Amino acid sequence: MSKLPKPDELLKDLNLHKTPSKHWMDIKPEFRPGTYCYAVEPQVMEDLGRPHLGKWQPHDEKWPLPEDWKERILKAIRDRMERFRSFKLFMDICVRCGACADKCHYFLGTGDPKNMPVLRAELIRSIIKGEFSFFGRLFGRLAGARPLTEEVLKEWFYYFYQCTECRRCSVFCPYGIDTAEVTIIMREILHELGIAIDWAMKPVRFSHFVGNHIGLQPHTIKENIEFLLSDIAEITGLNIEVPINKKGAEILFVTPSADFFADPGIYTFMGYVLLFHHIGLDYTISTYASEGGNFGFFNTLELAKKLHAKIYEEAKRLKVRWILGGECGHMWRVWHQYHNTWFGPVDFLEVPKSPITGTVFEHAKDNKIVHICEFTADLIAHGKLKLDPSRNDHIVVTFHDSCNPSRAMGILEEPRFILKNVCNNFVEMPENTIREKTFCCGSGSGLNTDEYMEIRMRGGFPRANAVQYVHSKYGVNTLACICAIDRAVLPTLLNYWVPGVEVAGVHELVGNALVMEGEKKRTTDLRYRPLKGMEEEV
Amino acid sequence: MNLIFSIVVMTLLILIPVIGVGFLGLKGLFSIYIPYLAFIIFFFGLIYRIIDWARSPQPFKIPTTCGQQKSLSWIKHSRLESPASTWEVYLRMFFEVFLFRSLFRNLRADFDGKRLIYGSAKWLWLGAILFHISFLIILLRHLRFFVYPVPEWIKILDFVDSFFQIGLPPIYLTDLLILAGLTFLFLRRLVDPKVNYLSHASDYFPLLLIIGIATTGILMRLFFKPDIYAIKELAYGLATFQPVLPERNISLLFYVHLFLVCTLAAYFPFSKLVHMVGVFFSPTRNMANDNRMRRHVNPWDYPVKYTTYCEWQEKFRDVMEESGIPIDEEWCKEVQKQA
Repeated sequence: MSKLPKPDELLKDLNLHKTPSKHWMDIKPEFRPGTYCYAVEPQVMEDLGRPHLGKWQPHDEKWPLPEDWKERILKAIRDRMERFRSFKLFMDICVRCGACADKCHYFLGTGDPKNMPVLRAELIRSIIKGEFSFFGRLFGRLAGARPLTEEVLKEWFYYFYQCTECRRCSVFCPYGIDTAEVTIIMREILHELGIAIDWAMKPVRFSHFVGNHIGLQPHTIKENIEFLLSDIAEITGLNIEVPINKKGAEILFVTPSADFFADPGIYTFMGYVLLFHHIGLDYTISTYASEGGNFGFFNTLELAKKLHAKIYEEAKRLKVRWILGGECGHMWRVWHQYHNTWFGPVDFLEVPKSPITGTVFEHAKDNKIVHICEFTADLIAHGKLKLDPSRNDHIVVTFHDSCNPSRAMGILEEPRFILKNVCNNFVEMPENTIREKTFCCGSGSGLNTDEYMEIRMRGGFPRANAVQYVHSKYGVNTLACICAIDRAVLPTLLNYWVPGVEVAGVHELVGNALVMEGEKKRTTDLRYRPLKGMEEEV
Repeated sequence: MNLIFSIVVMTLLILIPVIGVGFLGLKGLFSIYIPYLAFIIFFFGLIYRIIDWARSPQPFKIPTTCGQQKSLSWIKHSRLESPASTWEVYLRMFFEVFLFRSLFRNLRADFDGKRLIYGSAKWLWLGAILFHISFLIILLRHLRFFVYPVPEWIKILDFVDSFFQIGLPPIYLTDLLILAGLTFLFLRRLVDPKVNYLSHASDYFPLLLIIGIATTGILMRLFFKPDIYAIKELAYGLATFQPVLPERNISLLFYVHLFLVCTLAAYFPFSKLVHMVGVFFSPTRNMANDNRMRRHVNPWDYPVKYTTYCEWQEKFRDVMEESGIPIDEEWCKEVQKQA
């Protein structure tokens, strides 16, 4: 792994208004350590029955491409143009107005013009013109056209794995051109040759064969949960049980597996458990459908569908009434925008209805899946939770909208409503960095690997910079979010740019504030940090 | 290079009618055949593009939500930015197409010391809206050449557009605004390093072409007035498919104007200019954010093989039994029976 420069040095040469003297078609990507992810191990692809290139690395001078690589890629492009109106249209209608140019976090952190969403799309648009269009071939570069070469393939790999599918550019595009869609399809096209990254594919294998991204086996999930329950017992004095694979439960709860084992996701999980116990919810978690997140989505849509099919079989098997989903970003992109198309009609479940408030979740009546923040906001609005927000007085919190829940779902108010009810100190970051204009963590869409650290710190810079602002102005020390990848990567990012700010799931803070029946006097939060005024007692 | 190429092409395009009409006297070719040909290319080209887009399936419902979703009854959802019904989608599309709402959001990112700041940047929106709306009005105004009698609404449009009565004949407001808009969009491509870097010749060319059309039009209106009656005779003939070559002379400037318009029409369907029609098809804007309320069907959806519960249970049976996680034989029997 490369040595990461100090924060002061990283962006020293960054200039957002200077462009290279060479035409972008003449600049080749430089596979410098820290700026690309490692190639997938052939065995992973083998196990999943997918094509691969054998052993290779992106920095290899010559990639071991099969002889017919070009035909296969061109065929794949044609196929996607036929199957996706989105892709065909986005290739056709861009006028290169440049409104998207400085909206991408990777552009803002690298100054690399190919990270301007418009140029990222030109990387493939130019090939479509150069290979399929008569006028494109005639006028070449003047029309923005060029032929497909091995260098282009390398460039695609470099830049389509330097996009986190966050959709910020598509908010600003006058035609709604969505680079996430282009990236999704370009990664699929690269997959046709077996070009993929290890970090995004290993979790797919685990998820497919074992059930979740890091391959937690059923008994390990149970043990992890028991471990967290013993922490809960110590902090609250309550002995709580979590139903596992319980048939006939009312609700199946599915959350990203990171919440079972990874700090700080585990605190979010403790929050869920406390909440469900507080309201006496009849629910179950599953060790078979033990992954709410979906790394398949970061590779191909087919893989994504493969991984989440389990959730619906499990709901059917356990005979639950509806499904509740935990806090996660791309997970909810997939759940909200793809599930109903893939797995519907979901006629074996019932229209979700909160057993506590009686609220019918009409907006989820067809697919029968509800976001935990929708569920909790409804509970709070009905006064069903006993909350003591002063238990979060040791923190000053701001809310990071995760890309996909905001731009592919629109869940903006629910988490804010919850936070305002469980915390006394809530402040917003600057308005152009939140809600639909929120910035990516810089590590989404399967790019949260250590070998990619330099780009991650650069891409996360705009987010961190906004946190820095509220940190120095209001003393914010906690960044709340509703995404498992955020919880996994933002601590690293903030530690680098804004030391002193912790990352927490919204339901961790709910867990802190919940006044449970029969609990002992709480002196610490779920992380064993003393509550305000309790420093002496701990 | 890109710019020089575009200028060269423009010069050629101006020279073609100058030579063709001025020296060779090919009036019929330039006033009847070429316009018809250009119109045919425009018309069928555009239809081809529309059918091509409409035929390709949109497999998933992928609206970009730029505002609060419709969820709990007491949370106000954003009708425009996160439309939950067809009517709200129409509303969103109206604002998008006629008022360039997304472009209106534009920001400019910059460093203020070590802090990244985002300033409002509405110039692009202003330039774009000036150009597009003026273009639309100018096109509508031109209808007066093609119909007889001229409908009242066109007369009104004409009257309003020349409301300020500057000069004689009065200058049209839209003529000034379209030039202002175009000049801004053109200069922006030259001056803004980022936009300059990503521009192709095919980005400069249409701007220059439309600037050429507008300029020749304005010159005719204000300085080199051609024989309006002759032009109307020609235009009316073309529109009624009974083309006649006017006996009276029409100035060369008009032929240049007409030829550039023909070029634009023929170029339109095969260039980025189709964004005018394409924007209506944009799935991130024209779909409702009601995914969990109404199912969207993917016409080419196919079943995928996944690890079923029973396969999974077989694999982990031992550890499950050991840790007391229930084993479900019943389900596997049921599944087997169904199969």
